[in-house]
Amino acid sequence: MSALQTISSLIYLVSAVCYVLGVHMMRSPKTARHGNGLSAVGMFLAVITIIVTIIIEGKIDAIGWIVLLLGLALGILYGVVKARKVPMTDVPQLVSLFNAVGGGAAAVIGIFDYLLKGDGASLSIAFSLPVLLDVIIGGITFSGSLIATGKLSGHVSGKPITVPGARILNIIVVIAILASAWFMIGYPTNIWYVILALAMSLVFGLLMTLPIGGADMPVVVSLLNAFTGLAVAFAGFVINNQVLIIAGALVGAAGTILTLQMADAMNRSVANILAGGFGTGDSDT
Amino acid sequence: MSEELFTNLAIFVLSLLVGFEVMSKIPATLQTPMMSGANAIHGVVVVGAFVIAAEANSWVFYCLAFFGAFFAAVNVAGGYTVTDRMLGMFDRKPAAKKEDDQK
Repeated sequence: MSALQTISSLIYLVSAVCYVLGVHMMRSPKTARHGNGLSAVGMFLAVITIIVTIIIEGKIDAIGWIVLLLGLALGILYGVVKARKVPMTDVPQLVSLFNAVGGGAAAVIGIFDYLLKGDGASLSIAFSLPVLLDVIIGGITFSGSLIATGKLSGHVSGKPITVPGARILNIIVVIAILASAWFMIGYPTNIWYVILALAMSLVFGLLMTLPIGGADMPVVVSLLNAFTGLAVAFAGFVINNQVLIIAGALVGAAGTILTLQMADAMNRSVANILAGGFGTGDSDT
Repeated sequence: MSEELFTNLAIFVLSLLVGFEVMSKIPATLQTPMMSGANAIHGVVVVGAFVIAAEANSWVFYCLAFFGAFFAAVNVAGGYTVTDRMLGMFDRKPAAKKEDDQK
C-alpha cells in the first residue's frame, strides 16, 4: 500500500463511520437532521479524498476532466434545484427518481469496467460475477424506480397494469438474463453480452413495477432503494473500493428492514405486494 | 480466492450485518425521511464515477463516464438536499411551539 492509498483508505473508513452513525441518529426525530448532516459530512470527505487521489495519481486526461466536471455540475444543479423546488407532497416520487439515477450510475460503472478490463480477454469469475450483479440489479432499479416515479406523479396510471401473457413474458426475460449471465461469466468479453444483460434487466424492472398499484408504491420505492444499495456495493467490488462496498451494503440491509416496517405499517406483506406484481390476481388497491 | 476479494467479501458481509442491526423499529413519520436519507448514502457511487472517469480513454468510455458522473451527482446532491428539507419540517414544529409557550 502506498502512502496515498493508506491515507485515502483511512479517510474512507471515517466516512463509513459517519454513514453508520448518521443512520443511527436518523431513527429518532430529535437527532434525525443532525444524523443526515453527519452522513453528508462523510460524503463530503469521501468526495474530497477521491478528487485528491485522482489529481495525485494524474492518470485522468483533459477530456476525462471535462466529462467528469460537466456531468457533476449538471447533476448537482439538477438535483439541488429539483430538491428545493419540489412541493412537499411530491417528495416520494423525487426520492424514487434519485434512486433510479443511483442505480443507473452503478450499472454504468459495471459496464465501463467490463468493457475496459475485459477488452476481448477471458475474465475471472471473481471479476465478472460482481459486474453481472451490478449491471442486473442496477438496471432493474433504474427502470423500476422510473415507473414508480411515474406512478406516484400520475404520468403512469396508478392502477395495476398487466400485459397479456405477463407470466410467460416474465419467464422469457428471466431466461434471457440467465443466458446473459452465462455468456458474461463463461466467455471472453463481448459488448453484446452486457447490452443483453442491461436490456433484459431494464425490461424486468418494468414488468416488476407496472402491475403494482399506486398505493403500494412507497414500499416498492423503499425496496428498490435497498436494491440500489446492493448494486452500489457490487460496483465497489468491481472497482475495488471499500467505501462503496460498506455504504452500499449498509443501505441494502437497512433499506430491507425499513421496507418490511413500511409494509407492516400498511398491513401488507412485501411478498403480497410483489406477488401482485406478477399478476397472481392481487386486488387493485 | 485472492486476498483482496476475501477482504472485500468480509467487509460486505459485516456491513450488511451492521445495516440490519442499526435499523430498529422507527416511528412511521420518520420512514420516508429515512428512506430518503438511505437513498442519499448510496449516492457514494459518485466516488466510483470519479474512478471510471480517470480511466476513460475513448469516446465510448467518455460517454459512460459522463452519464455515471451525472447520474451519481443527481443522486447525492438531490438526496441530501431533499432529506434535509424533509427533516427541517420536523425541526420547525416543536421550535414554533416553544416560542408560543414563552409568550
